[in-house]
Amino acid sequence: MVKETDNLIDWLDERLAVKKLVKVLMTEYWVPKNVNFLWAMGALLVTLFSVLFISGIVLLMYYKPDVNLAFDSVNYTIMHEVAYGWLFRNVHAVSASVIFLIMYIHMFVGIYYGSYKSGREMIWISGMLLFFIFSAEAFSGYMLPWGQMSYWAAQVITNLFGGIPIIGDSLVVWIRGNFFVADATLTRFFMLHVVLLPVVIMGIIVLHFYSLRVPHVNNQDGEEVDFDKEAEKYMAGKVKEAKVVPFWPVFLSKDFAVISTFLVFFFYLVFFHYSFALDPINFDPADNMKTPPHIYPEWYFLWSYEVMRGFFFDIGPISAFDVGLIAFGFANVAFLLIPFLDKDKSIRPAHKRPLFKIWYILLIVDLVILTTYGKLPPTGTNAYIGFVAASVFILLFVMLPTITRRDAKTKGEE
Amino acid sequence: MSTDWKALIAVVVVVAAIYIGVEPYAHSQMHPAVPPADFEFKDLKDNKSPSENAKNGKELFANNCYACHGVASDSLPPIMDDETAASAYGVVPPDLSDATFLYSKEFFISFVKNPTEASKLAHKFDGKEKVFPMPNYDWLGNDAIADIYAYLKTLEPKEVSNRQAFVSACARCHDVRYSSITSLTPDKDIEEYMGTVPPDLSTMILSRGGKYLAEFINDPQKHLDGTAMPRVGLSEKAQEKVIAFIEKAGDPKKEERETLGIRFIAFALILSVVAWVWKLKIWREVH
Amino acid sequence: MSVDKKRRDFSGMLLGGVALVGGASVGYGVKSAWDPLPSVMSAGFTTVDMSKAKAGKLYVVEWRGKPIFILNKNKSSVEDDKREFTIEGNTYSVMIGLCTHLGCIPAYIEKNKKFKCACHGGEFDSNGMQTFGPPPRPLDIPPFKVNGNIITLGEKGEEYNKLTSKA
Repeated sequence: MVKETDNLIDWLDERLAVKKLVKVLMTEYWVPKNVNFLWAMGALLVTLFSVLFISGIVLLMYYKPDVNLAFDSVNYTIMHEVAYGWLFRNVHAVSASVIFLIMYIHMFVGIYYGSYKSGREMIWISGMLLFFIFSAEAFSGYMLPWGQMSYWAAQVITNLFGGIPIIGDSLVVWIRGNFFVADATLTRFFMLHVVLLPVVIMGIIVLHFYSLRVPHVNNQDGEEVDFDKEAEKYMAGKVKEAKVVPFWPVFLSKDFAVISTFLVFFFYLVFFHYSFALDPINFDPADNMKTPPHIYPEWYFLWSYEVMRGFFFDIGPISAFDVGLIAFGFANVAFLLIPFLDKDKSIRPAHKRPLFKIWYILLIVDLVILTTYGKLPPTGTNAYIGFVAASVFILLFVMLPTITRRDAKTKGEE
Repeated sequence: MSTDWKALIAVVVVVAAIYIGVEPYAHSQMHPAVPPADFEFKDLKDNKSPSENAKNGKELFANNCYACHGVASDSLPPIMDDETAASAYGVVPPDLSDATFLYSKEFFISFVKNPTEASKLAHKFDGKEKVFPMPNYDWLGNDAIADIYAYLKTLEPKEVSNRQAFVSACARCHDVRYSSITSLTPDKDIEEYMGTVPPDLSTMILSRGGKYLAEFINDPQKHLDGTAMPRVGLSEKAQEKVIAFIEKAGDPKKEERETLGIRFIAFALILSVVAWVWKLKIWREVH
Repeated sequence: MSVDKKRRDFSGMLLGGVALVGGASVGYGVKSAWDPLPSVMSAGFTTVDMSKAKAGKLYVVEWRGKPIFILNKNKSSVEDDKREFTIEGNTYSVMIGLCTHLGCIPAYIEKNKKFKCACHGGEFDSNGMQTFGPPPRPLDIPPFKVNGNIITLGEKGEEYNKLTSKA
């Protein structure tokens, strides 16, 4: 039987156990104290996703998924007519680009501090799943304005599936719904972008959060914290001594501070420096009979695109196209496999792992090179630099088990 | 130094390296710089004349030019309507009411003497099989052409709006749908004449940017080798008006964006200060 | 007791199996909805009348959203039987006008009888064979069929089979 209550909170608590819920999710959900601002990237990603969601809803009210109407519905109706329509579009485009930057930072923080192993594998895997679905979300969204880059990126990327043996060609036609990128392609990618993929993303976000409950958040030194004991200390009033803080309000207060500062930078990009996210060429309407002189993906896909392009020659019976495709496939699963390639079970930050630290720096340098050359035309020396950088990328992942085993041994000797 | 600062520096360095690689560096490689716009058209020679006899010019105009070109400001409507002219010549010949605003005297002389050369279309019109719709008038001589210029100068409007400059200079071939401008020449004729329908210019300011447009309009061949677009030969002030119009057509919210931008950034700064004050207060209790 | 359990297991599995059939059917339906529409499939053919084609001229037609080059060679004999064929005594080459490097559309330079791609400088001769730059293979030949003066793109005819036959 429910008790008589005299305020709303108690009334809700009787029915939904809201007090317990707030405890479990917020005030008694424990996070290590020994963290730096890089631990705020998760909350920042949630913020950016919300921004994308809200700005997307506004754009959706005026966007028309039809090859004859799409370009003008974006570039005239939304950009010229709708009150603040241009602002919502800039915000949507810039946050779509910046969310990848933050995702990469979030990932590389995880790699640096070893937050993907010894019980935290599911956090990493669900995170990488989010990365993949976000990639699909970004790609399908990029098609919608139906400009030259939308069209030719769609053309080139859907063409990749043609490399799959036997079914390749018919698969490409099936995905496009036509022999070329056409109205049917636009409408189905529109569906993916506004319904299916966002729903899947939200589902995986829940899984990603839930995967943190059991192994808990890692800390700067990879120290194994007894969360129950430390939580008890905290609740007993020894807040300075405890190694943990509650998610709300302590941990989130830092997140809010980081997010607010980030917004200064974000608004600068939205209002004064947006062309990196709104490619100028995409302001030319799509034309299937005229290719733009340079076709390249958005910056966050450049490294994997370059790993694919790096292999521009046939290897034995395998054509350059297929070698590239295999390399591209490797690039996409490489990060997902990190927890299993790292053979060092102990959780330590990279600066305490001599060889891994070098590996980490080399990986970042290689990715920067791949990203830069992924945008340049693949001619002359560029092609060879691309080949070397792509090979280094693959080699780094092949060598990871050996490197981490060595590090594990040296630690044993200490 | 705390790990926060070290981490921040590392993040900034890597992000800056990526940014420089994919934006300024890549763009400098893909779009090599070209010499700046040349409004004196130094490649054109022998186009000077001090002559300014407007009366003589009017007579010369009536005998040589009026067959194709109208001058609305002198109540001389074109002899053919646009559609007939377009199918006869491939493109509607311009009305010359504000020609002296659009062109310098020197370019005007060069153009009348040899339109193919002045517009840099020798690759398109070889003079035998394919000829520029307007014949060369080099036999008139510099002085006579200068007199025609002087005559047109007497008709030049006092004030030319950005839109008017654009319509006179560009709208015989180009549409600007977002500003309700339709080209005078029907698509069918212009396609036959140019080989392709010239693009709608509604979003050009966003896809090309003001700097590219300034270099391109001044000499299209510099950026697009072999293009069918003629060098129009606009004077500097006329070109500025044309680009101002294209900018307004494609990016009308620029002012609103910039004012609002400052406010958003100011708001975020205030929000940051408040958020950090709160954060420091809370963490002082647990540290 | 154990018999009961087994029976329950069996009926449970049966339920699962039947449900799976339903699920697979729904999956098939959704997959079919993604298929190209019949109107798209039937629009996959383009016919071109070559009776008025001029000597030495390149004709560009659109087929399945791609530019198709039909080049009148201005000669009557076939020199390369993998790239050329004749219609009523005129020699032609037909190819998909997308550079095999990254899919840009090359321009035909009539004077030099070659195709030049503006994107990365690739060049092809009038047969569509790559002669310079990054293109990895000749311009592709679309399926076509010749019937008198009419070329039908999208259907494989005798001439097409001859051009693409191995050996």
